[in-house]
Amino acid sequence: MKLKTALLATALGGVAFGAAAQEVTVMSWGGAYTKSQVEAYHKPFTAEFGIAVNSVDSDNPATPIKAQVEAGNVTVDVADVEFSDAVRLCDEGLLEEIDLSILPDAPDGTSAEDDFIEGALQDCAVANIVWSTVYAYNTANVDGTPTTIGDFFDTAKFPGKRGLRKSAKATLEMALMADGVPAGEVYDLLETDEGVDRAFAKLDSIKGDIVWWEAGAQPPQLLADGEVVMSTAYNGRIFNAAVAEGQPLEVVWDGQILDFDLFVIPKGAPNKEEALKFIAFSTDTQRLADQASWISYGPARKSSGALVGLFNDGKTEMAPHMPTAAANLENALVNNFEFWVDNDAELNERFNAWLSQ
Amino acid sequence: MADMTADVAQMRGSQEKLTTADGKPLKVALAAAQARSKRRAFYLVAPLLFFVLLTFVVPIGQMLHQSVYNPDFVYKTDVTTKETTPIMVNLRNWFDENPRGTEPEEAAYEALAKDLVVLREVKAAGIAGTRINYERSGSRSLFTKSARKAKKLEAPYKEALLDVDDEWADPTVWAAMRNASSAYTMNFYLAAIDKARAVDGSVEAVDEKRKLYVKLFMRTLMLSILITFLTFVLGYPIAHMLATLPLRYSNLLMILVLLPFWTSLLVRTTSWMVLLQSQGVVNDALVGTGLLADENRIQMMYNQIGTIIAMTHILLPFMVLPLYSVMRPINPSYVRAARSLGATSWTAFRRIYFPQTIPGIGAGALLVFILAVGYYITPALVGGADGQLISNLIAFHMTKSLNWSLAAALAGLLLAGILVLYWLYDLLIGIDNLKLG
Amino acid sequence: MALPTHASTLERVWHRAYQVICALIFLFLIAPILIVIPLSFNAEPYFTFTEGMLKLDPEAYSTRWYDLLLTFGMQAPEAPRDGNWWSDAWENAQWINAAKNSVIIGFFSTLVATALGTLAALGLSRPEMPFRRAIMAVLISPMIVPIIITATGLFFFYSKTGLANSYAGIILAHATLGIPFVIITVTATLVGFDHSLTRAAASLGASPSKTFFSITLPLILPGVISGALFAFVTSFDEVVVVLFIAAHDQQTIPRQMWNGIREQISPAILSVATLLVIISIALLTTVELLRRRSERLRGLSPG
Repeated sequence: MKLKTALLATALGGVAFGAAAQEVTVMSWGGAYTKSQVEAYHKPFTAEFGIAVNSVDSDNPATPIKAQVEAGNVTVDVADVEFSDAVRLCDEGLLEEIDLSILPDAPDGTSAEDDFIEGALQDCAVANIVWSTVYAYNTANVDGTPTTIGDFFDTAKFPGKRGLRKSAKATLEMALMADGVPAGEVYDLLETDEGVDRAFAKLDSIKGDIVWWEAGAQPPQLLADGEVVMSTAYNGRIFNAAVAEGQPLEVVWDGQILDFDLFVIPKGAPNKEEALKFIAFSTDTQRLADQASWISYGPARKSSGALVGLFNDGKTEMAPHMPTAAANLENALVNNFEFWVDNDAELNERFNAWLSQ
Repeated sequence: MADMTADVAQMRGSQEKLTTADGKPLKVALAAAQARSKRRAFYLVAPLLFFVLLTFVVPIGQMLHQSVYNPDFVYKTDVTTKETTPIMVNLRNWFDENPRGTEPEEAAYEALAKDLVVLREVKAAGIAGTRINYERSGSRSLFTKSARKAKKLEAPYKEALLDVDDEWADPTVWAAMRNASSAYTMNFYLAAIDKARAVDGSVEAVDEKRKLYVKLFMRTLMLSILITFLTFVLGYPIAHMLATLPLRYSNLLMILVLLPFWTSLLVRTTSWMVLLQSQGVVNDALVGTGLLADENRIQMMYNQIGTIIAMTHILLPFMVLPLYSVMRPINPSYVRAARSLGATSWTAFRRIYFPQTIPGIGAGALLVFILAVGYYITPALVGGADGQLISNLIAFHMTKSLNWSLAAALAGLLLAGILVLYWLYDLLIGIDNLKLG
Repeated sequence: MALPTHASTLERVWHRAYQVICALIFLFLIAPILIVIPLSFNAEPYFTFTEGMLKLDPEAYSTRWYDLLLTFGMQAPEAPRDGNWWSDAWENAQWINAAKNSVIIGFFSTLVATALGTLAALGLSRPEMPFRRAIMAVLISPMIVPIIITATGLFFFYSKTGLANSYAGIILAHATLGIPFVIITVTATLVGFDHSLTRAAASLGASPSKTFFSITLPLILPGVISGALFAFVTSFDEVVVVLFIAAHDQQTIPRQMWNGIREQISPAILSVATLLVIISIALLTTVELLRRRSERLRGLSPG
């Protein structure tokens, strides 16, 4: 009987605690990326305002957000989503609009609107980082040095399994670039049926060798375990596995695809006020620069750039590992959010049919 | 026969009616008592029946409703206030006034343009467009794009809309909109079997590149049959051994069957991942013993092989237990008699022993098959792209693509298949003969 | 089983082969479950036996992954292991919180399933029960209907009724899933139950509830407990419904494992797996002992 009472008390205690304390729930992408946000945003935020931050992870926060809002039970206050998803969800009325005047100015007095890089501020979203999809390889398992996006698709030259994200976005672009399409023409080509067919044809050439991943933490793991020899990945995850954990992983920047991650507030978020506070706090100049000392993603404010220095190990210079470093931009593609806002559903449908064939 | 009944009736009639002590006719009193005990038995079951109806039958009923009901092109619900705003009103009126097959003229385009303005205002273009996209792939962008420009559209509307995108002239768009203009539809069931409605309303197969579901149903069916067969091949010998060994030995060996049965599904799946990875135990052992070159490690995970091996292991106890319970009571003297009459051991097995175990095979096979058809966890973790089953696709539409009506329709088809098998099981074996351990 | 002395050579060979085949199948059944146990003591973050492990070098074995289960999610895992450290682990360690949730959910859903299920089994085993077969089929169906369909149905239903993201919702769902097991085991115990015992009690003046608690319940108790254990294990092992209807912070052990397996199967997962295997061995032993006791009580087996 005593045990029963104790259990009941624990159960009810948990519920009561959830209702009373001030808190905000932030959904992000898990692994090293969530860790960088916890260190740079969540902990200082709690210290400053006394508001607890619950961190929850998802393979891609945009999908659970949409599901939650449409089903009418929203539990998340802030979500970290990709550019095209932020715009799409906003278009569909699933996000709260964010009054941009809450964002603090840069230390030198530049207004927030001018301080954020172009496109980083949207009706319903505030960007925090610039990241990119790259491919990486395990130097222990690859003979030679892959240098181009074409090498990723060349299983004759570099035999072994390939890891790819189980999604049409970025995969189709990379396939076209590997097929020799210049970065500038990729989206024009993808607008056409022939372009899409060509991308799938390129993917067909390595289909038997692909291991699909969904969570951002998977590619470094697949690479380290030797389950694949090369994998596409979010660049920061590879950086952390290589620098912080000492894995023999190398990034190939050729054919990288740049994108924003943005904070959004789902419609009907239970703690909207706290969520706004959190976003304003986390996207100030210092916080964005701090995050870059935990993972190699570029801050979305120009004023943060100067503050980015060393990785938290105290010796690794961050600048050359940023997707925006000049040397890494030679053959880079900027994700066309309008294209994906309009075509996401259709191309993913086609992608899934292709997967099962 | 008839005479006899008549005689009995006559005899009864001639006797005086039997009554209980308080003078009620015995027949009535008995019937009342029986009704009472029937009610009492039912009252014991009633709370649970009510509970299961509420937490299980009603939710599944609601899901089936979702599979034929999708109002995304009819009204938009505000997520915070729960208020609903009708959308596409003008166009739906036009559809009501003009029968299927009418060429859309200026009035239709005008209705459409007006509705697009509303879509923009209530931010419903994405959702309405997605609904049309379910019917006709490639339509979502048409709606979002046009809604963005809706305010600037001016008469003549047909020309203005075609300027935005000439796909508006495509009759399939109009057919899709007509289909979606009613919230109740069977089209999601059509989609679930790779069919769609053509412009004239007839049913046709979808484009080869988009065919998916029938193939997945077939794959689920084939893999389930294969897994059922494998569990039978593996389960029969050990069930036979368990049934013929003396009890104290067989009880010990039985633990080897029951322990997997009691072990967490995720633990068993994890174990198989550890074993089957290309850097895993099995491959390492093969390479270590020199049977396999290091670069030729076998890919046993993230494909169908992984799904088949792991599911066979997980479902094997469900085959062994029913087989065992049928084999245990089989009298060994029948086989001995056959042998003494000159049958070889093979003939004795084939003609005498095996036929007696068929009920067990039926029970085990049906149970394993029913469970295999609906499997989700194991294929999701070890199946890769080509080891996925229909359950994984239902989960995909529930949590990723968020096409809930299609998910519900796929689930409805799967459920129908399962219920037929379940009914068959009940008919042939009897659900109360189900035993655990 | 033993081969008669007059068996031919061919039969002897076949008999030997048959025994080997059976041994291999038993190995196939049990090996995957046992293999995780040594691997969970791997000192290296690999899922395969390192050379040191094969040489039984004690250096190659460690309990670091078990330690990680305690420290993962703690505020100050490096602090000295005093009372504060343990209370930190109890409050914040993710696996401990998942275990707490699993036990709470499992306990209450088992309670509901066992209470309602036992009552219903009593009714179902009465010969005068109307529509017995149909009702039985409905009550067993949660075990037969694929879990993904149940989870989908509950997702829609709970979203509309506000039960989503609540402990009550998960408990009700898990209770439903556990009910078939209670019904099956308790009705199995009631087969051959001597109803004259209850009639005797009634004729001696015992009230129905008195009869139930002092006559019926003690006799069917082994079945009830087995059913309860089945229901508990069902809830303790359930992940799909939790994934669909639980809030993101309502972690349970299987859900935590599911996330872990998908992101990275570190040997920490294997140490959880080992602990779960030990729990299942304990449960299996209990159920076996109960079954034998029940058979003895009812005089079905010599013991």
